[in-house]
Amino acid sequence: MLAEALFFSAVLFTIGVVGVLTRRNAIIVFMCVELMLNAVNLSFVAFSQVYGVAGQVFVFFVMTVAAAEAAVGLAIIIALFRHRQTVNLQNINLLKG
Amino acid sequence: MNLAMPSVFDLTQPLQLTAALTPDLVLIIGAMILVVAAAWRPDSAARQRVVGWASIVVTLLAMAAVIYFLIEGYGAGPGPIAVDNYRWMVDIVILLGTLLTLMLAIDDNDRELITAPEMHVLVLLASSGMMLLAAARDLMIVFLGIELMSISVYALAGINRRSIRSAEGALKYFLLGAFSTAFLLYGIALVYGATGATNLEVIGQRAMANGAGGPLFVIGIAMLLIGFGFKVATVPFHMWAPDVYDGSPSPITAYMAATVKAAAFAAFLRAWLEAFPSAFNAWHPAVVGLAIATMVLGNAIGLRQQNIKRMLAYSSIGHAGYLLVALAAGTSQGASALIFYLLIYTLATFGCFAVVSSLTRTGAGTVRLEELAGLWNVRPWTAFGMAVLMLALLGFPIFGGAGFFAKWYVIQAALQSDTPQTLLVVVLVLTTVVSAGYYLYVIRVMFMRPRLEGLALPVRSGGLTRFVLVATVLLLLILGIVPDYVVRLTSAGRPQLRSPARAAPYAVGGGFAQPQPMLRR
Repeated sequence: MLAEALFFSAVLFTIGVVGVLTRRNAIIVFMCVELMLNAVNLSFVAFSQVYGVAGQVFVFFVMTVAAAEAAVGLAIIIALFRHRQTVNLQNINLLKG
Repeated sequence: MNLAMPSVFDLTQPLQLTAALTPDLVLIIGAMILVVAAAWRPDSAARQRVVGWASIVVTLLAMAAVIYFLIEGYGAGPGPIAVDNYRWMVDIVILLGTLLTLMLAIDDNDRELITAPEMHVLVLLASSGMMLLAAARDLMIVFLGIELMSISVYALAGINRRSIRSAEGALKYFLLGAFSTAFLLYGIALVYGATGATNLEVIGQRAMANGAGGPLFVIGIAMLLIGFGFKVATVPFHMWAPDVYDGSPSPITAYMAATVKAAAFAAFLRAWLEAFPSAFNAWHPAVVGLAIATMVLGNAIGLRQQNIKRMLAYSSIGHAGYLLVALAAGTSQGASALIFYLLIYTLATFGCFAVVSSLTRTGAGTVRLEELAGLWNVRPWTAFGMAVLMLALLGFPIFGGAGFFAKWYVIQAALQSDTPQTLLVVVLVLTTVVSAGYYLYVIRVMFMRPRLEGLALPVRSGGLTRFVLVATVLLLLILGIVPDYVVRLTSAGRPQLRSPARAAPYAVGGGFAQPQPMLRR
């Protein structure tokens, strides 16, 4: 059971990483990051079957922090959208060099 | 309720745990009160200044608490946080950076017409996260500290809502920061899976008992290294740094380049030396590789920057490489060299950004190098200060103040480690020579080029900005002549570590937690 959970958590994490690296829409990139965080949560829950409750406590911390991060992140995306009318990362290229 | 504080805290008792967190709580409670004060009335320039000054007072209170704890020489038993001189010295570096940020921000906000008082509160909240990071002896606290710090700084990067550059920098910082946090977390999960613990000391003991630790442990360390690598901006995880530093308001850029880096490095080093000494052979080549790539590429790309904020960003990437050398030494001597370096680097960085902030035209966001031409003729003292700061970042003796000693102690720590890091020291010295290419170029432009035709005189900067510039330059010069006292303080902050190379049986309590009343004597 542990091995399967870890395998699927690794798969989920990899999907998240590939999504962040290939998708160009800021919102979708952010959703892929959330996918990675949930992959981590899956690992924590699986490990806490072996080691006790600490892993599940960690999951609650991760969920709370992810919610706070989403609030700030979406605010930043909106702030940029007001300037550019797009959230496509390809068009966001003012800073470079 | 026993109000008398014991000299060694028992962290399993909630009250004593709270007492051990007093300096952190001063800052957090101050920030909570000020966030209400900031939201009480509509934004205005006057309100921004009042909240800024109040934040400075709160920071000074927290600083006083830290110094009290440092002098009293408290210790603690095993638990989620550390009570040792390493923590207090890092706290002093962090709070010093916070103080300088707030001072620069009050003036810079006035100039850039930013009227948001919550900016100062966000700085306080980020600093609370950093103090947690300095204290963390448990990966759970490391995670919470990093997130409290990062989320506040994402918002700070985008605080100038009129600037599209600020918004763009904030978005890049946010996406890559969240991405790196996921790596950090996955690393924590795997280390937890390999050892069944999140406490650094327990992880160290269990890993030592199992030998080098299985593949789960090593992959976990690799993931943590990627996560921390992003946070401290090492090559190849550095690509966000120049863009974000360029887009943010100058005081916040200095805060990210110096203070955020200091806090992340403090937690990085503690985790590495306390939890992973048994895997020294696994992580050491990776850290050496990162350090070399960071020193070489950071300084090489810095050579071709024409925008001073981007130049300082690449310089800060180069300095992250030098700091990694101190970490790669893997000894407590490396830890005290790291603290001293962070202190000097903080002073020099804030001085530079005081100059940048005082020369920036409203709305321009940054300063091109050619705008510095002939600065000696119109603002001689600013040019003189900038020259000292550039030489300090370069590590030039006497004229560069304490910058030389900072590099000197890192080199010494690297060479006196059990496995001497000769290669790293050679690269450090060579890349320092390369970095002279852009540090000295700034000085040449300021002193030897005529001023651009038709360029308006820089506006007289605010009193606080001038104070920051004068204070940092004087401190650097004085420390360059008499570094002894501060060096002794930072080596009192040296954590009592076993060095990994001759680590045999792990003595419980032999890590950071030992009470070290070194200053009391």
